[in-house]
Amino acid sequence: MIRLFKQKERVMNGIFFISAFMSIVSLVLIIVFMFTNGIPVMRKYGFSEFLFGTVWRPTASSPSFGLFPMILGSIYVTLGATMIGVPIGILTAIFMAEYCPNNLYKILKPGISLMASIPSIVYGFFALQLVVPIIRDYIGGNGYSMLTAMLLLAIMILPTVIELSESAIRAVPRSYYNGSIGLGATHERTIFSVMLPAASSGVLSSIVLGIGRAIGETMAVVLIAGNQPIIPDSLLSGVRTLTTNIVLEMSYAAGDHRQALIATGVILFVFILIINSIFIVIKNREDTSE
Amino acid sequence: MKSKMKIRDLNLWYGDFQGLKNINMDIYENQIIAFIGPSGSGKSTYIKTLNRMNDLVEDARVEGTIKLDGEDIYSSKTDVNVLRKRVGMVFQHPNPFRKSIYDNIAYGPRTHGITDKNKLDEIVENSLKSAAIWDEVKDYLNRSALSISGGQQQRICIARALAVEPEVLLMDEPTSALDPISTSKIEELVTSLKEEYTIAMVTHNMQQASRVSDRTAFFLSGELIETDDTIKIFTNPAKEDTENYISGRFG
Repeated sequence: MIRLFKQKERVMNGIFFISAFMSIVSLVLIIVFMFTNGIPVMRKYGFSEFLFGTVWRPTASSPSFGLFPMILGSIYVTLGATMIGVPIGILTAIFMAEYCPNNLYKILKPGISLMASIPSIVYGFFALQLVVPIIRDYIGGNGYSMLTAMLLLAIMILPTVIELSESAIRAVPRSYYNGSIGLGATHERTIFSVMLPAASSGVLSSIVLGIGRAIGETMAVVLIAGNQPIIPDSLLSGVRTLTTNIVLEMSYAAGDHRQALIATGVILFVFILIINSIFIVIKNREDTSE
Repeated sequence: MKSKMKIRDLNLWYGDFQGLKNINMDIYENQIIAFIGPSGSGKSTYIKTLNRMNDLVEDARVEGTIKLDGEDIYSSKTDVNVLRKRVGMVFQHPNPFRKSIYDNIAYGPRTHGITDKNKLDEIVENSLKSAAIWDEVKDYLNRSALSISGGQQQRICIARALAVEPEVLLMDEPTSALDPISTSKIEELVTSLKEEYTIAMVTHNMQQASRVSDRTAFFLSGELIETDDTIKIFTNPAKEDTENYISGRFG
C-alpha cells in the first residue's frame, strides 16, 4: 500500500516537473530564437544605426533600418496612455473599494472584468469607428494620430490598473481603517492618508503591469495610429510603434528586412524585461517591508 | 466624583439580534472602569458605542442616550469626528499604520490641523513619554512602526491615541494579543494614565480588572448585571451571576 502511494507520488512529481519544464523551455526557445535572428542583422548594420537611426527604409536598394522613430513612438504612446489611464484607474479602484454602493458594485465589478477579456481588435474597431472621427472633427488632423493611440491604450490598461489596485487597497487590514477613524479622521482622510499609502506597492505594480500591457499592444493600435515610420512632431501626427512595425511588414518581409523586424522584437523584449524587473523589485520591496 | 459619561437606557441591535439590553451606567472622571464578562456578553459592543465605532457596522441600530459632559453623542448635532477625538480608542490587536513611528503618532494631530513641525515634534515626544515607550524608540522614530515588537506596537497605538489629547480613552482588550511582560507594562501604563484621563477598558482577564480598575462592570448576554467598586465586585458581589463568573463557574 505504502509502496503504491510512493510510486503514485513519484509519477505526480514527474508530471509537475514536466509542466514547469515546458514553460521554461518555451521561454528559453523564444529568447534563443529572437536573439539568434535579431542580433546578427543589428551587428551587420550597426547597433547605433538600429537604435538611433531615424530612417526606416527596409525595401530600398540600399536599405536603412533606423528604429528610433518606432522606439520613440512606443515610449510616447505608452507614457501618454499611462498619464491618462493611471489616474482614472486608481481613482476608480478607490471608488470600487471604498465608496461604491453594493448594488452598483455588482454591476461594475463584472463589467471591469469583461473589459479585460474583450479582444484587442474589438477595441481597435471601437476606436476606429468612434475615436478617430471625434479627433478628426473636433481636434484636427485626419484622426489617425498619436493622441488617438494614447486614448485607446489608456482605456485598454484600465482593467489591469483597476483590478490590481482595487485588490491592493482591499488587502490593507481593516484595522488600519478603524485605527484612523478612531482618531477622529474622516473617511476621505483615512483612505488617502492611510489606506492608499499602505497599498502603494500593490498600486505601483498595477501601474507597471499596465505599462507592460500598453507597450505590447498591437492589433488595436495598428488600426488607428496612422503608422508612418516618422518621429511624431505633435499629438496629432501619425505614429508607428515597435509592435505595429512588425505586424505591418512581416507578411512580405524577406532577408535582412525580415531579420530587422525580428530585431525590432528584440528591442521590444528588452523593454519588457526592464518593465518586469521593475515589477519584481517593487514586489520584493513589498514582501520585505512587513 | 464627577460623572464624565452618562449612559441611559441604551439598547443596540445588529439586524434582529439585540446585542445590548437596557444599559445604564456612569463613567466617572479620572477613574478606570473595567468591563468584564464572558465572550459574547456585549462588553466589546458596548465600548464601541461610547465613541460610535458601531456606526461602521452596517445594520447596527442604537437607542437610548449617551452623554459626554452632558451632551448627547448620538444627537444629530454631534460631529462624530470631534467625538472620536475626545473619546479615543485602543484596539484589541495592535494596529499601527504602515508608516514610521513618528508619522504614526503625528497622524492624529495632523488630521486635526496641526502642521507646525516643532509643535508636532513636541507632541510626538510627549505622547511617547506618556505611553512609556519614548526611551525604547527615541532613536528609531523614522523606522517603520511595524518593525517593533507587538507589545511596543500596542504602546505606540496608545501614544497615537494620546496624541490627539482625548478626554476619555477606550481600550478594547488591549493586552489580549500580548505576552505577560508586555501586559504588565501596559497595565502599569494604564494605571498611571488615569491621573489625566478617564479610562474604560474591556478585559477578559479578571486578575487584570482587579489589578487595574477602580470600578468594574459585569456583562452577561447583553445585559449589565452590576457595576460597583472593583473591590466590592471581586469580594462581595451583589448578584449571583457575578459571583459565579468571578469564581470561575462559567465563562
